[in-house]
Amino acid sequence: MARLTIVTIVIAVVAFAFVFELLRRRRLREKYAVLWVVVAGLTVILSIFPSLLVRSAALIGVATPSNLLFLVSLLILFAVSLQLSGEVGELEEQSRRLAEQVGALQLRLEDLEAQATDTGGSDETRDTPG
Amino acid sequence: MIGAATAGVPTLRPVADLLVVLPALNEEDSVGRVVDEVRRARPDADVLVIDDGSTDATAARARDAGARVMVLPFNLGVGGAMRAAYRYAHDRGYRYVVQVDADGQHDPADLRRLQERMSDTDVVVGARFAGIGEYEARGPRRWAMRLLAAVLSRLTSVPLTDPTSGFRMVNQRALSLFAVEFPEEYLGDTVEALVLAHRAGLRIGQVPVAMRERTTGQATQNVFRSSAYLLRVVAAIGLAVARRAPEIVSAPERHEVK
Repeated sequence: MARLTIVTIVIAVVAFAFVFELLRRRRLREKYAVLWVVVAGLTVILSIFPSLLVRSAALIGVATPSNLLFLVSLLILFAVSLQLSGEVGELEEQSRRLAEQVGALQLRLEDLEAQATDTGGSDETRDTPG
Repeated sequence: MIGAATAGVPTLRPVADLLVVLPALNEEDSVGRVVDEVRRARPDADVLVIDDGSTDATAARARDAGARVMVLPFNLGVGGAMRAAYRYAHDRGYRYVVQVDADGQHDPADLRRLQERMSDTDVVVGARFAGIGEYEARGPRRWAMRLLAAVLSRLTSVPLTDPTSGFRMVNQRALSLFAVEFPEEYLGDTVEALVLAHRAGLRIGQVPVAMRERTTGQATQNVFRSSAYLLRVVAAIGLAVARRAPEIVSAPERHEVK
């Protein structure tokens, strides 16, 4: 039992340190880091005091404490991947808007270049909105 | 720089009333001919080809044929290409925008008939099943189209026989909606756009058109694909209805009487 506790504590501490290191190198944005720091912290606490898990399992009515752990982990992962899907969609939308604007700007540039080249051109004056 | 911008910026050349938009992805074999046809049918209109990330000579062929070409940096799909086009048309102040397929399945001769309907509608769909020409679909795809037509007719309370037709013309009112909010997902540019237009209070109409043989490419008639299509149709309608209704933010009025 004691050996298992040591192993889990080591794992949890390493995970915590890894998140911190990523944050320190600015590889991880703060908004995601908070979640992972909390998860890593909880893992450390649970591995030091396994009785917490047993008691909360009994409180909720889960017969096998480890199942509670799995349930919670699954829920967290589900929430995170849902959140990430949302963010990916948002990024895609942004890049689409950018692509559309690139196309529009290229047309506008062509127009302006054409006007710049025919210098003596007729007096075309019509204001464009926007 | 920014402060002095309005005074120093040269004005762009004036635009025609009608902008014909051809979204094109790798259509080098047909785009030149279609542009040519459009220009002969409507010499008064501007033609804009949206090169939706083509890897072939689509843009060059379109330019040679006399169209303006907007080159998108990567493929956005028909919906994305059309949103870019609507945005452009809106900013430049076009009165009408019509979407025509670059593969030659729409007859530019019908453009006049579409535009005639614009007197009392905001969005006109050129429908392929409405009596003219021969267009056949079979199996699940046919059911999907039937279902789609029935549901959309119900939703919009306008009889629509071919809601997935990409041959459609919009006026400035619709333009001010589509320039900002145009669904770019699968079937979004056709089905969802109609629902969107209806919910924004735009008037929808339909004009029967003949559909010609595709000059290039093949319509998919595989049973599995068609079934998948049916499912996506249902999903698209469901989502379109479930989403919040759009608002037309600003309808720019050109105070001119024709």
